[in-house]
Amino acid sequence: MANRYSAFSLLKHALTGAPWQRAWRSPQPKSSYDVIIVGGGGHGLATAYYLAANHGIRNIAVLEKSYIGSGNVGRNTTLIRSNYILGGNTHFFEHSMKLWEGLSHALNYNVMVSQRGQIVLAHNPSQLDVLGRKGNTMKLNGIDAQLLDRGDVMRILPYLDFSNECRFPIYGGLLQQRAGTVRHDAVAWGYARAASELGVDIIENCEVTGFLENEGTISGVETTRGRIMAGRTAICVAGHSSRLAAMAGLRLPVESHILQAFVTESIKPLIHHVVTFGADLFYISQSDKGGLVFGGHIDGFNTYTQRGQFPKVQDVAECAVALIPGVSRLRLLRHWGGIQDMTPDGSPFIGRTPVKNLYFNGGWCYQGFKATPASGWCFAHTIAHDDEHPLARHFSLDRHMHGNGFDEYGLGLWTYRQ
Amino acid sequence: MTRKSHRLPVGGHIDRSQPVSFSLDGRTYSGFAGDSLASALLGQGVQLVGRSFKYHRPRGFLAAGVEEPNGLFTVGQGGRVTPNLAGTSTALYPGLEARCQNAWPSVDFDLMAINSWAAPLLTAGFYYKTFMGPLRGSWMFYEPFIRRAAGLGQAANQADPDRYERRHAYTDVAVIGSGAAGLAAALSAAQAGARVMLIEQDWLLGGGLLSSSDSGEEQWRRQVIGQLQTLPNVELLTNTTALGLYDGNTLALVEKHDHERPDPQRGQAREVVITLHAKSIIFATGAIERPLVFANNDRPGVMLASAIGTYVNRYAVSFGERALIACNNDSAHRVALDLAATGLKVTLAEQRLELNPKSTELLKKAGVAVLTGTQVAYVLGQKSLTSARLRRITDNTELTVECDVLGMSGGWNPVVHLTSHTGIKPNYSPELDAFVPGGYASGHFGVGLINGTFGLRAAISEAAGIGRKAAMATGHSASNGAVPTLEGTDHSYSFEALPQAVAGKHGKAFLDFQNDVTTKDVDQAHDEGYVSVEHLKRYTTLGMGTDQGKTSNINAISRMAHLRDLEIPVAGTTTFRPPYTPVSLGALVGRHVKHHFRPIRRSPLHDWHAANGGAFIEAGPWLRAWYYQWAGNSAEAAYLEEMKLVRSAVGLSDVSTLGKIDVQGPDAAEFLNRVYVNGFAKLPVGKARYGVMLNDDATVLDDGTTARFSDTQFFMTTTTAQAAEVMSRLEFLLQTAWPDLKVNITSLTDQWAGMCVAGPKARAVLEAALPVTDVSDAALPHMGVREVSFNGVALRILRLSFSGELAYELYVPADCGIALWEHLLRAGQSFGIRPYGLEALASLRIEKGHAAGLELDHRTTLDDLGLGKMASKEKDFVGRELRLRDGLQDSNRWSLVGIECLEPNARLRGGAILFAASDELKGHGRGYITSVTWSVELNKYIALGLYHGGLRHVGEEIICAFPLKQETVRARIVSPIFIDASGARLHA
Amino acid sequence: MNTVLAFGPIGSNSMLRINCPHCGERDYTEFRYAGDANKARPAHGTGDLKTWHDYVFIFDNPKGPHREYWQHVFGCRQWLILERNTATNITGASQLTDTSRAS
Repeated sequence: MANRYSAFSLLKHALTGAPWQRAWRSPQPKSSYDVIIVGGGGHGLATAYYLAANHGIRNIAVLEKSYIGSGNVGRNTTLIRSNYILGGNTHFFEHSMKLWEGLSHALNYNVMVSQRGQIVLAHNPSQLDVLGRKGNTMKLNGIDAQLLDRGDVMRILPYLDFSNECRFPIYGGLLQQRAGTVRHDAVAWGYARAASELGVDIIENCEVTGFLENEGTISGVETTRGRIMAGRTAICVAGHSSRLAAMAGLRLPVESHILQAFVTESIKPLIHHVVTFGADLFYISQSDKGGLVFGGHIDGFNTYTQRGQFPKVQDVAECAVALIPGVSRLRLLRHWGGIQDMTPDGSPFIGRTPVKNLYFNGGWCYQGFKATPASGWCFAHTIAHDDEHPLARHFSLDRHMHGNGFDEYGLGLWTYRQ
Repeated sequence: MTRKSHRLPVGGHIDRSQPVSFSLDGRTYSGFAGDSLASALLGQGVQLVGRSFKYHRPRGFLAAGVEEPNGLFTVGQGGRVTPNLAGTSTALYPGLEARCQNAWPSVDFDLMAINSWAAPLLTAGFYYKTFMGPLRGSWMFYEPFIRRAAGLGQAANQADPDRYERRHAYTDVAVIGSGAAGLAAALSAAQAGARVMLIEQDWLLGGGLLSSSDSGEEQWRRQVIGQLQTLPNVELLTNTTALGLYDGNTLALVEKHDHERPDPQRGQAREVVITLHAKSIIFATGAIERPLVFANNDRPGVMLASAIGTYVNRYAVSFGERALIACNNDSAHRVALDLAATGLKVTLAEQRLELNPKSTELLKKAGVAVLTGTQVAYVLGQKSLTSARLRRITDNTELTVECDVLGMSGGWNPVVHLTSHTGIKPNYSPELDAFVPGGYASGHFGVGLINGTFGLRAAISEAAGIGRKAAMATGHSASNGAVPTLEGTDHSYSFEALPQAVAGKHGKAFLDFQNDVTTKDVDQAHDEGYVSVEHLKRYTTLGMGTDQGKTSNINAISRMAHLRDLEIPVAGTTTFRPPYTPVSLGALVGRHVKHHFRPIRRSPLHDWHAANGGAFIEAGPWLRAWYYQWAGNSAEAAYLEEMKLVRSAVGLSDVSTLGKIDVQGPDAAEFLNRVYVNGFAKLPVGKARYGVMLNDDATVLDDGTTARFSDTQFFMTTTTAQAAEVMSRLEFLLQTAWPDLKVNITSLTDQWAGMCVAGPKARAVLEAALPVTDVSDAALPHMGVREVSFNGVALRILRLSFSGELAYELYVPADCGIALWEHLLRAGQSFGIRPYGLEALASLRIEKGHAAGLELDHRTTLDDLGLGKMASKEKDFVGRELRLRDGLQDSNRWSLVGIECLEPNARLRGGAILFAASDELKGHGRGYITSVTWSVELNKYIALGLYHGGLRHVGEEIICAFPLKQETVRARIVSPIFIDASGARLHA
Repeated sequence: MNTVLAFGPIGSNSMLRINCPHCGERDYTEFRYAGDANKARPAHGTGDLKTWHDYVFIFDNPKGPHREYWQHVFGCRQWLILERNTATNITGASQLTDTSRAS
């Protein structure tokens, strides 16, 4: 790489005061590309990078309507893990985890993969059985997992509420030590820089306004910066999937929902792990900067406004204090929202569409961020070979026609609408 | 210990007759009632109060309000430790214990200041470029050091002893901010007859007026507040911050009482979050002054000019002997005048070449040395300021001015946070070189500085008009008086945005003080292409501190726009997000803590269980009787005794938590026929039937028993877990899909207590308990139901069984539950009846092969549970069509089986993964165990599970793998019905 | 300044407050959401697999005007159809789905 990052390069710049090069090029769009990826988020940029790195396709444009990483890759709670039960998920998310583990090196960009461990808590014996199944499945597939009893949890997470006044006592938990967090923005920037280096054109402030379609085949896109032709076109705009798909005449099993995220003021280290509550959907970790980062359920009705409602703020704060009484006097610094695709079974789509040369990636529900590398890896394969990647075959768009829904959490159909 | 006072002899909004003692880092200090922590410290000459986040540079107070980036403290002890409180917005109270943060061993001598020397390495985003080697995963080595170095204060390590509240409030007009504009708007709206809530984050009303040295302005403030206090339709909320504006004219407020030292034992709340629904909102949120950008602009003693004005006029703080005011606008001239009036030698360095002649005259008259066309190049001094080096813009000549304090003013940023929260992007105003609201939603108004209205008289007049308009918008147009006018003429205000001095060799020029973001960082972000304002923020951490960039954002955006050669509006701004200032989680939570985190549902029999040795367990929102002391001291031991009792004699259990739905109407039978997979149309009166309901996608929604008490009346029971979901679903179908059906449904879950008498001696118990009721097999056969009377109330008896034994479910009105329960226990005493809990209940059904709990996991279908035969071929039912999808009809789906343990010394466990005996133990196996129990009847561990191909494999040996405990256990697939396959017991 | 944007008449609800035709204006937290109300449920006894599939799984999910089901679960238990703009959360009219049973 022309501008390789290292301690040495930092020192050199510090001593000479020489300016740094752009992290990614900012080219004008060409009139035609082999592949156009609509959406410069984590998944789109990862897809571009793996198309170039794994499949030798380098005449690629990533079109982003705003700045890269402006969607959910920059709005999530930065959690990575691979503790899944269902067959397809286990291998897909473990592949993602393995890619995370090597990502800083692969990209020459420190995305701060912090494998500080995630502990999912159980609050009754039945939840512990479910965690048992999860952990057993993980171990049988070569993924680390450790079942914790109440005493173990008390030792590892002494700041949780173990008092008699606790509403949902802790019975135990499941630890995945390799789970953790990643610096979210850096994922977008790191993929962008590495892809740009391989020749991918990253075009910001370029919104796709329509598809060029002829007899069921897509040959390019109309954008706010003009018409661009493409051999293959890929949609990677989770949160806004339905709108883009509608431009190509597709209707999707997707609703757009708001998920809020929260951060407190920065404090000295308190929470080392990622901790996931079992009595409600809630998870918390501490960023390297010191803020406690947490999140909960979606607000529960579809919306494209990137802002949440106040009752949900209170609801999520309740979980935080119920789990960790000592955070009561810490102060919420900021809360924000991201629009995420929700699907009937909580699982995503990666694959071909009924329209020729159009590929779709979306429907990530709560799990888009942790899936980023594997999603890009598999989607790149799909685009390059016009065929689904074996790790993602079950994430097909037509699976519900065949009763092959993929409900990891057993939450049931659309039940997130509360 | 006495210290030199840094106070003026008179003036200010402090009460010199009330000294207030407090401590900082263990040393005792003294201030006055009315002080902030910051003013009290400055009043004692304490300027150095913090160290910066990254470079650990010495810092003093920059501001006097909520925008303060530097002066953060940890306050309190034990469970009351509160980190990161800005001293500038913390009201002083007796006994306040504060500690400085982010320095070791002290702010005065901080070893971490060594970071300053490494500064050239610690540039924006340096961590993205290094810490990657030598190995994959090396970050895990470096990260702990970085984590320990980062972070501000320390959190409490114990529960918060204080109490918090939440409330809802409603008003016609909410006015946010009580400066001159807010006061005038509130009074005007109130005079028009509207209900008004005036919301002020400070402990005093008056906003900027409190920082004024003008007696006429103070008189006006007192007069208007006096009038507001007399009006019954006005609520004045001080110490109350508007945190956020949400959809639907909803404001989130927090009211703080720390300074009153609330006593939780007396029910006093530390903080109250108010959800305010206002019909109309007036934003009188004012503006925040911008720092100037020059080298070492972060030194203690360099402050916002307006902050100096506040410290001098409001808190009567005196600042040394020499002051320098550096500015590009007129507002700071007043501060220069105020300082000169207190006897300081004042120099005014104006960036502008031309000044308003009247201003110049006033300044000269007051003895202020005025230098026009002059900027600060850099300042000197480490832990306190000694002098400033000034540079003339026209010829670059430099001169040094000695100063103890430097007030800077780079213009004003309207506080547009709240108006932006609902998605209205702010507009750039070139006149102000700042963002103003991009418009207002209907019913929302802005007055005063937020609109760029400078000048008190102009603001008051504008606000009086808007206040009335807002009131009229809510239907009030009375004319009860007028807003008092303020005598005199407004001070002129003009402003010129000029390029700021570029930091050179003399030191760093800070944009974001708290996060140590300098001009160089912005320049570097620009070089590297992080040019979008959001990239700039995220790459450099600009504006991400506790102050959320209130003083930094515009200066940084302006610099980036300059580097990109763009206009500021093109460069854009970051999104303003709630809360406006940080809010404690405790306040958001209110009293939803501990046991009250979520509501607890209790059975009507709960008190009996509690008084008679019942141990409880959380089951969803319910607390259910888990097991009873009579049978043992742990669930593991007790449930076996309880099971044995039911299998051998008779037991009594509480099933009140089951969902109970009354279904009535001429079409009730047709309705049930549609929602259950099996037929209900022909269910005879006096009979019950087990039914299964599907979701639209053909997964199982619920199962339960429904009894028919007349042609038009049915009594449905659902599982505990799905009761609410089933009810809502049935209502959906009736109200949206089938409004033609004449059916009404009502939830009776809370109205009826339910209990189950189970065991071979169940009938004997009933005969003893209900001597006049014929409960013989002929009169009340299996699945028979009848309604009789118990103590004059209805008693419904349903002969049905979950355990597989002869059993009866009895339902009475909830308040008669304990009476019937105790009656049954008395009547059954001679038969050995005793209560059994949830653990035994759930285990007995495993022996009988009833799917429940984890078998009904929203993934399983009717066929998966082995109940496919129940589906009627004669009629349509919910889920029928999608049930036929190929994936759901696959005969290899994992479906319900029984599993018996083949190893006498091993146990089965829920969550074990199942393999065929010849399989390699890896992958996802062929199924898993859902529920396990020790069978008291078979004397071995048995289980239910889902297995690939299901009952086709009966008789095959399998391996139950539980690698989390390094266990593998041999077992056999069997029928899930472990006992009484013929049903003889049920029909006994 | 004080430009009024097209955010509906004063007192009109945007989210957080839903006008239940039966009970009046209430916080949205009293309600349960259930998605697109424009989709017609196939009549009882009719509908092939594709029809049911589209009804259950496929959504227009528009950014803009949306008619949607809500149930006033912590009130009158009535299901209603609410008009709401998903781009702004501004709500419009609401009506009960079944006036025959509402009392």
